[in-house]
Amino acid sequence: MRSGLPFEWIAASRFLVEGRMQTISIVAGVSIGVGVIIFMSAALAGMQANLIRRVLSAQAHIVLLPPQEVARPLRAGARGESEAAIVQKPYQRVRGIDQWQKVMRDVAEMPAVVNVSPMASGPVLASRGEATRAVSIMGVDPDLYFRIIALPDKIVSGEARLTSNDIVLGVDLASDLGVVVGDKIRITPNSGTGIDLMITGIVDLGNKGVNQRNTYVALHTAQALLGLVGGVSSVDITVRDVYAAEDVAQAISAATGVEADSWIMTNAQFFSAVNAQVIANTTIRFFVGLAIAFGIAAVLIVSVVQKSKEIGILRAMGASRGQILRVFLLQGAVLGLVGSFAGSSLGGAAIWLWQVLVRNPDGTPLFPMEQDPRLFAGAAVLATLTGLVAAVAPALRGARLDPVVAIRA
Amino acid sequence: MPEAVLLLEGVKKSYGVGTPAEAEVLHGIDFSLGKGDFCALMGPSGSGKSTLLNLIGLLDRPSSGRLSIDGRETSGLDDRALTALRGHHIGFVFQYHHLLPAFTALENVMMPMVLDRGRPNEAMRARAEELLRTMGLTEWREHLATNMSGGQQQRVAVARALAMNPSLLLADEPTGNLDTKAAQVVFDLMKEVNREHGTTVLLVTHNHELAAQCARTIELVDGRIVSDRRASAPAAPATA
Repeated sequence: MRSGLPFEWIAASRFLVEGRMQTISIVAGVSIGVGVIIFMSAALAGMQANLIRRVLSAQAHIVLLPPQEVARPLRAGARGESEAAIVQKPYQRVRGIDQWQKVMRDVAEMPAVVNVSPMASGPVLASRGEATRAVSIMGVDPDLYFRIIALPDKIVSGEARLTSNDIVLGVDLASDLGVVVGDKIRITPNSGTGIDLMITGIVDLGNKGVNQRNTYVALHTAQALLGLVGGVSSVDITVRDVYAAEDVAQAISAATGVEADSWIMTNAQFFSAVNAQVIANTTIRFFVGLAIAFGIAAVLIVSVVQKSKEIGILRAMGASRGQILRVFLLQGAVLGLVGSFAGSSLGGAAIWLWQVLVRNPDGTPLFPMEQDPRLFAGAAVLATLTGLVAAVAPALRGARLDPVVAIRA
Repeated sequence: MPEAVLLLEGVKKSYGVGTPAEAEVLHGIDFSLGKGDFCALMGPSGSGKSTLLNLIGLLDRPSSGRLSIDGRETSGLDDRALTALRGHHIGFVFQYHHLLPAFTALENVMMPMVLDRGRPNEAMRARAEELLRTMGLTEWREHLATNMSGGQQQRVAVARALAMNPSLLLADEPTGNLDTKAAQVVFDLMKEVNREHGTTVLLVTHNHELAAQCARTIELVDGRIVSDRRASAPAAPATA
């Protein structure tokens, strides 16, 4: 007994050491539980981050669009008369954002915003000889746009050069049209005459549909083709916190009157899939925690029964109910804490093994796991609290033992 | 007359109150012990000795009657106050020596002081070492209780009972499962404590030889005191 150490600590640690087998088994149980939680959480966080990274590498976090055109009936019903009018939704023309330069400047000044890039885009026909494809043309300022979508990283042949007569297109479109870098293709807008552009680069955007449809040209080239002289049809934006994109979008909308779509809204299905994973993970965590709690409670109940004579002796020697209560609460907390330390090492080792053993064919990890120190700290705190809560019933039982009965036992 | 260390007036104890099996075990016990008394409590099994000892030790409450320790009436006290009173005024020695198996002899002796103050200190260690020396157990102080003989364990238990310097030492057949020689050693140590510190001792025993060495003997039969004798002369310590 070290001087100065509270009685509760001394007794709790002696009891735990005395019941060695029980202590080791339950610590093993707790650490497996904690290890599973840590591994699962890291895997899920890594998977999510990876998915989001993939989704966001091909699209901006927020896209500013001109307001939708709506149709209004010209005649209002006269007094006392009701009018049955069928209002047909108008088709959406390729339109520019009103005063886009001012809007862009205002948005760029917002602290949550990192990059902004204007774009003029619309539908055109791409043709080479007899082969014709309907594609979408995106006129961008390469310096600004490449900070949002890193086209140069996705180039499979050629380079991401976009001067007036250049065009970069997706791999599947290139193979459909049978073109390679250096060939020329004709781009024809819906109205007006087409122009010939030279293919400088072919990109893989990671999605067949997108690879068949997307073509990139210089901003003023697209403006001329689409009849949007001096205007842009959208503004791409990246933000600091991708999860806050929807809030930022709403703030931009409110401040500028322009429609702002965040990636969260435009990828609602993806997001609900992510949410389903989070719910599944939380459910599993909850039940693993419950199993841990019951395990600790069971061991402590047995311990109280085994130690009832000692409890009686301690009470006869002047131990208060509170002291007995705290001895067992402390044992629960210690079991949780020690288990969480062992479990954290176990989980960390499993994460390491996973990353070493489970790899893509090219040798890169299947997906990087997130080893957040907060995850380990959180697991320790949670396991300790679980142990404490689990110990309440056994501790109360110990504290309420009648010393007379306990000593006779 | 000096204030009684222990005073019982009309103490009754019933079990199963309010049930068909209600049974009164003690039917009104009156007696008192003064400072320095050395009293044996005898009686056949089932006579209520242990029940009475539990009441005196404040481990249980009487159904009616008054019980005072060192002049303090106990009937109105709550569990916390009873625990404090027990810790400070009463030392226990049980039949089956009841040491804490996870602790060494020295730690067992320190335990009542540790429980009282909440944490151990050097003064407690020194007092425990002194008590063990008195019991002739200095070289056993670092041994776990489970590695000692019955007689040694019971001497540790006596040392532990004396740790808080109690005014009343309660011993429930402390020699019950010891051989004659070891029993006499334990008994002599208790007598020595009684003589040197004036500690009042109440000893429950079946052993007539030991009872004969006590200054006073109370006999309990069927929950009533049937005799209360004082030896005319201080009993001489028996020599084996």
